[in-house]
Amino acid sequence: MLVQVPGGWNPLLGRLAIDQIPYTNPILAPLFVAVVIGAVIILGLITYYHKWGYLWKEWLTTVDHKKLGVMYIILGLVMLFRGFIDGLMIRTQQVWANGPQSSGVFGAVHGYLTPFHFGQVYSAHGLIMILLAATPLLVGFMNIIVPLQVGARDMAYPYLNALGLWITAAAVALIMISLFVGDFAHNGWFGYAPIFELQYSPGVGVDYWIWTLELTALGTTLGGINLIATIVKMRAPGMTWFRLPIFTWASLSANIIALTSFPALQVALFLVACDRYLGSHFFTAGFGGNLMLYTNLFWIWGHPEVYFVILPAFGMMSEIFPAFSEKPLFGYITMVAASFAIAGVSWLVWLHHFFTMGAGPDVNSFFSVATMLVGIPTGVKVFNWAFTMYRGRITYTAAMLWAIGALFLLLVGGLTGMMLAIPAINYMVHNSVFVIAHFHSMLLVIVYAIFGSVLFWFPKVFGFKLDEFWAKTMFWLFSAGSVLVFVPMYMLGFMGQTRRLDYVFNTAWHPYLVTEEIGIAVYCLSVAAFFVLLYVSIRDRVKNRVGQDAWGTSRSLEWLTHSPVPFYNFAVTPHVNARDELAWRRHNGINEAQPTQYVDIHMPNNTGVAIYIGALTFVLGFALTWRMWWLCLLSLVAIIALMIVRSWRGDPGYIITAAELEKMEREAMQRQQQVEGHLPHHGGQAVPGGAMAYEGQKVSPLGTPPSSGGDHH
Amino acid sequence: MSAHDSPDPSKAVLWDTHYHGHDVISTRSFGYFLYLLSDGMLFATLFAAYGVLSYSHSYFNGQTPADFVHPWYTFTQTVALFLSVLAYGMGMSAVKKGNKAGLMNGLIAAFVLGVIFLGLDIHDMMDLAAHGVTVQTSGGASAFIVLTQVHAAHIFFGLLWILVMMAQVAAKGFTTDTVGRLLSLRMFWHLQAIIWVFVFVFVYLWGYMS
Repeated sequence: MLVQVPGGWNPLLGRLAIDQIPYTNPILAPLFVAVVIGAVIILGLITYYHKWGYLWKEWLTTVDHKKLGVMYIILGLVMLFRGFIDGLMIRTQQVWANGPQSSGVFGAVHGYLTPFHFGQVYSAHGLIMILLAATPLLVGFMNIIVPLQVGARDMAYPYLNALGLWITAAAVALIMISLFVGDFAHNGWFGYAPIFELQYSPGVGVDYWIWTLELTALGTTLGGINLIATIVKMRAPGMTWFRLPIFTWASLSANIIALTSFPALQVALFLVACDRYLGSHFFTAGFGGNLMLYTNLFWIWGHPEVYFVILPAFGMMSEIFPAFSEKPLFGYITMVAASFAIAGVSWLVWLHHFFTMGAGPDVNSFFSVATMLVGIPTGVKVFNWAFTMYRGRITYTAAMLWAIGALFLLLVGGLTGMMLAIPAINYMVHNSVFVIAHFHSMLLVIVYAIFGSVLFWFPKVFGFKLDEFWAKTMFWLFSAGSVLVFVPMYMLGFMGQTRRLDYVFNTAWHPYLVTEEIGIAVYCLSVAAFFVLLYVSIRDRVKNRVGQDAWGTSRSLEWLTHSPVPFYNFAVTPHVNARDELAWRRHNGINEAQPTQYVDIHMPNNTGVAIYIGALTFVLGFALTWRMWWLCLLSLVAIIALMIVRSWRGDPGYIITAAELEKMEREAMQRQQQVEGHLPHHGGQAVPGGAMAYEGQKVSPLGTPPSSGGDHH
Repeated sequence: MSAHDSPDPSKAVLWDTHYHGHDVISTRSFGYFLYLLSDGMLFATLFAAYGVLSYSHSYFNGQTPADFVHPWYTFTQTVALFLSVLAYGMGMSAVKKGNKAGLMNGLIAAFVLGVIFLGLDIHDMMDLAAHGVTVQTSGGASAFIVLTQVHAAHIFFGLLWILVMMAQVAAKGFTTDTVGRLLSLRMFWHLQAIIWVFVFVFVYLWGYMS
């Protein structure tokens, strides 16, 4: 039944043996030492400051959507950094290994990476950036913001939410451990048939790739179910569909994509696993297998996935533009329609990833036209954002700069995408770095939107603003880096450089490659600026504290509660009266109104089960990779047993009494009052469609005292 | 602009002190329904793979479903699964009357019939292997076996779940948790029967006839 694997296998450790540890590799061995030292220091510090209890109680067992979201974002940022290092390694190899005269070190003929190692680096770069950096970052933001925007106390299923995070973390752990135990896939992040078959890739790299993808697909599917149910079922009274904030709409459309497309990925990868473990013939070159079946199945997921990551980014931009233009979003209904149009069309375009398959003119024409159709709703969005800014009172905060930067990148990426949608052009540039530059432009839209959102929503989550100077410094460095890396890449694509070259033969391309490397150096500076930004902001956090409405011009419901958001979100569920509820309340001078009466509220308990199951899914993935069958069975049985135990115990939750709630609210109000002493008070400023910008306004006293107003207006 | 369709701010309700939120069972059932949609997509993808791998060349000159499918044998499986769903449904109608024994009888009958289905399936697979049809035989055989066995795995976990629910209802009676789970399990069990209709028609019968 099972396939005979090449190399050794024993019942206890499977394929794992000491020679699978790359302790002689001149790059990985020092990295391993550094990682171990770093881990020892971090664990030592936690122990020294007695923070294990805090960590366990407040973070690792939490079911609070905001903390889970923060952990998703930290996970995403760490993996963004790892993916960036992979990118740096790729660029350095290409500029080094250029031409037959180029030198080679560490066992490589040219450059410093052997072709096999280079292949692993670029596979990891792609997989990490899409699925383990962009996806957790966006899911993290959706986690934090969506329940607040719909006026809910938590997600629909808090425990499932924790489970999604820890399964995603297991996927991250699996790809990270592949650095030091065994190796990673060398055949590209989306894999190719039949090179990922056992006979051509006998190592464990492809197996790591399979199970990392399976775990992240599972985690994202669970998260998608949770977000859809939260939006459909948990909206506050008065929050009708067309009062829903636009980021929530974007999340809904994105998660419908996730829910329907990730199963296709799970099946595609499962069939690869069948080929490699059971010896089936789905994607083999002989025995009736079909190579292009894999490519089709993968991209049936892959293209919707692209829109799964871009739609929340569009939603973020749609929140940032109105806040800093002091105007409502232009064309709300068309924005919603455009999101769902993009989500719908996403299912009809997968074949444009391989026009060169040779499906014939009729099929290629269909997918070409379908792909161009995407430009219509996307164009609607671009014009809506432009008209939102038109005649607005624009404040160029760092968040706004990132959003505007995303808009420009979207034009570059979108128009090159239109070029690629034409099969005749696509045949010329297929698999060239022109394609790489195109989709990096698009994915940078997401990165820009994410950094804009980090700045925009940071004060909501942590209660203080990030430093504007360093945020802007980072923005300009990052933008300079993007131009320097990707403009030469577009040019090289036209000149015929193909993707994934571990050795670049043409020395005439050297100046372009050097320019790209300079761009990478500028990117490094922007990463440094990011760390300075965090350091400076945390140092000056007292000075930068904010009240509920951190920017003074925000529009949706999340800005109605305190900053940082209390664990129960809203002491009393808000009743929604308008599309931009906070802007409406501010416009009418009732944005400071507080509830007059509190009632008991019911909250879910923390649970350790989610992190245990996450850890066990990691063990399962590791055991499957190394074919330790006893451990697979053991971890699977343990996962099922834990689920049964959890379901048996249930969660009765606990009650926060009205008195406790009132006390906490009073304390929050007092903190707010102290903060507002330094900040403008923006209640009652009757500017149609918005209020005053937060900078340079006179300080005025609080208009409405705490705990008054409310339903007695 | 937003203010136009909004009520008079001086009279507007700003806080809903006595808002009781959502109904637990309906929220959970909705989420489980969403999960089942993703399960449906999973099978849709497997059917697509089967469709691509069901040409005569996909069987690599080996045996095709026309050689190894026994329609009447699989029909008995179909009857067992449908009766299982029927028994489950009758058990659930007992829940409405608060009749615990009625539910238990329904669950036991559903479980036994499900075991019969699974037993017949395993016997069928062993028979195929004995005749030289395994996943390693050809692309077509791989698609046939993996699709049917993914369905069988769903049945296996459904049976496990039925056992868990019997224990939970026996110990706790009808609570929000147990009734909600019984409803979710009912949706799951029905969906597997619906998927089986497609498996039986498009994999077994269509394969047998072509």
